[in-house]
Amino acid sequence: MGRKIILEHYNVPNLKDYEVYRSVGGYRAVEKALKSMTPDEVVQEVKRSGLRGRGGAGFPTGMKWSFIAKPEGKPRYLLCNADESEPGTFKDRYMMQYNPHFLIDGMICSAYALGCNTAYIYVRGEYKFIIKILEKAILEAKANGWLGKNILGTGYDLEIYVHTGAGAYICGEETALIESIEGKRGNPRIKPPFPAVSGLYGCPTVVNNVESLAVVSWIIQNGGDEYSKIGLGNSTGTKLISASGNIRKPGVYEIELGLSVEEFMYSDEYCGGMQHEGRDLKAVVAGGSSVPILPKELILKTASGENRLMTYESLSDGGFKTGTMLGSGGFIVYDEAACIVRNTWNFSRFYHHESCGQCSPCREGTGWLEKVLHRVEHGTGRWADIDLLVEITKKIEGNTICPFGDAASWPVASAVRHFRHEFEYHVRYPEKIKNREHFASEPMRLFMNEFVK
Amino acid sequence: MSTIQDIQFSDAIMSRINEYIARYPEGRQKSAILPILHLVQDEYGWMSEPVMNKVAEILSIKPIEVYEVVTFYTMYNLKPVGKYKLEFCGTSCCVLRGAENLMDYTLNKLGIKEGETTADGLFTVTRVECLGACGYAPMMQVGDDYLEHLTPESIDEFIESRRNTVK
Repeated sequence: MGRKIILEHYNVPNLKDYEVYRSVGGYRAVEKALKSMTPDEVVQEVKRSGLRGRGGAGFPTGMKWSFIAKPEGKPRYLLCNADESEPGTFKDRYMMQYNPHFLIDGMICSAYALGCNTAYIYVRGEYKFIIKILEKAILEAKANGWLGKNILGTGYDLEIYVHTGAGAYICGEETALIESIEGKRGNPRIKPPFPAVSGLYGCPTVVNNVESLAVVSWIIQNGGDEYSKIGLGNSTGTKLISASGNIRKPGVYEIELGLSVEEFMYSDEYCGGMQHEGRDLKAVVAGGSSVPILPKELILKTASGENRLMTYESLSDGGFKTGTMLGSGGFIVYDEAACIVRNTWNFSRFYHHESCGQCSPCREGTGWLEKVLHRVEHGTGRWADIDLLVEITKKIEGNTICPFGDAASWPVASAVRHFRHEFEYHVRYPEKIKNREHFASEPMRLFMNEFVK
Repeated sequence: MSTIQDIQFSDAIMSRINEYIARYPEGRQKSAILPILHLVQDEYGWMSEPVMNKVAEILSIKPIEVYEVVTFYTMYNLKPVGKYKLEFCGTSCCVLRGAENLMDYTLNKLGIKEGETTADGLFTVTRVECLGACGYAPMMQVGDDYLEHLTPESIDEFIESRRNTVK
């Protein structure tokens, strides 16, 4: 059994109730931080832990905090990013649903460290049932003196509010999230200035993912050094992984970073192997829809033949040529019956739909990608389309205000890179792919010899 | 067609609206627009012009600022929908577990096309992007609820039960 931090008490019934959460040691971190530590000591503790942002980018949380500007007379804001919209990712929802106080606990410690007196949890609008749970938990925390004025008699004030989104993937990008809280369309801002200097209402702001903020309470209670002992190298601690697709046991798992991909895939403790007997693994998207897809050979082992591990470093080993990213931990598994072209078209439709429309390379490019992929998947593709797809991704990537353009490009570029033969098959045999489940009875491997030379 | 004068939010809604506004600093009442729009959509079903204008009036902003927001975020209905809006997740992870066939099954059963509403005004079926329930696929959202691990049988059951409720 791997070490559990976030899911440690998940077998305790009614953990989402305040009294139960208290009985397993809840809010002790707040007590410790507010009564015996300076804000800077809290920041140092988080720095020592080596915690990296769990939303996808993997930027060190403590370092992000140290950038916050502290001008006189301006409030500072802490924003919790619970917009969770990256396809394949549902871990934050799981945590908030079963253990909302854990997030509030960590947020109080974090807000104290940053000197914020107001914090917002930006929850995607579709998670209405989660919003109810969070609002109840906030009321409970406030009624018990953990929020409000003069918390624990220390003179520190903090209010936490839930802010509801309304169905826009782009609002997970931190500056779009800020725009959205200001009541506007979620158009990302040009950086600099960074939110740490000028964020919400032009004030210094820190935006962190749900999981990152929640574990701060554990780090305060147990120490940053203790946290950094868990995991492997610069990938310290544990991570929630959302596992979905063609596996026997989809769900949310907490892993100690450093676990091998193979064990995660096949062990009964985690994914439990493939969904259908007799259907082999074809590909994995390891960190949410935006990260490059890898074929079986490259997800289980790196190009140099080493075991691929669930760490930031190992998953990105080989760069994009042969590697991918840990991202948000959205682990999507494809078996032989899955069609990579169809999947890529599906992702492109998503990105086209979700593009905010500000930058032309992204607004137009995502539309082209969807259109070209649609015709390849529906039997009217041309040979030149395959290279055209790669060309379009090159025109989008790096040419947009926010990383959305990259996120829309990578799935397509990597699909062509590793599964070019499937695209060629679609162009060559338009009649064979008429049925949308075209690989269900005749998996692509049966044709491989013809295509791989 | 109703006009802005005809729209009068109930006391209950107004008190919720004021509660939302109070969550943001003074002068930043526009921040409350998304939650307020959810609230009035729950009441009126969709974003008609008078409703949007009323929200603008309450927030002391121009109507265009409300239209901008409403047309950007996908959860707001730009036209009336059925009493039950069945929103099928159609993104990859759900597709891998049969979402496309299941949505076709539902459309056939109800005899409508994607985006349409049944003649009795009860059901609208749409396809939406990832709802963050990939591990419990296939799934759909209906109002505030997520219905997960869907099968043709559970769809049948859902539709029948809703039909019976309104009978």
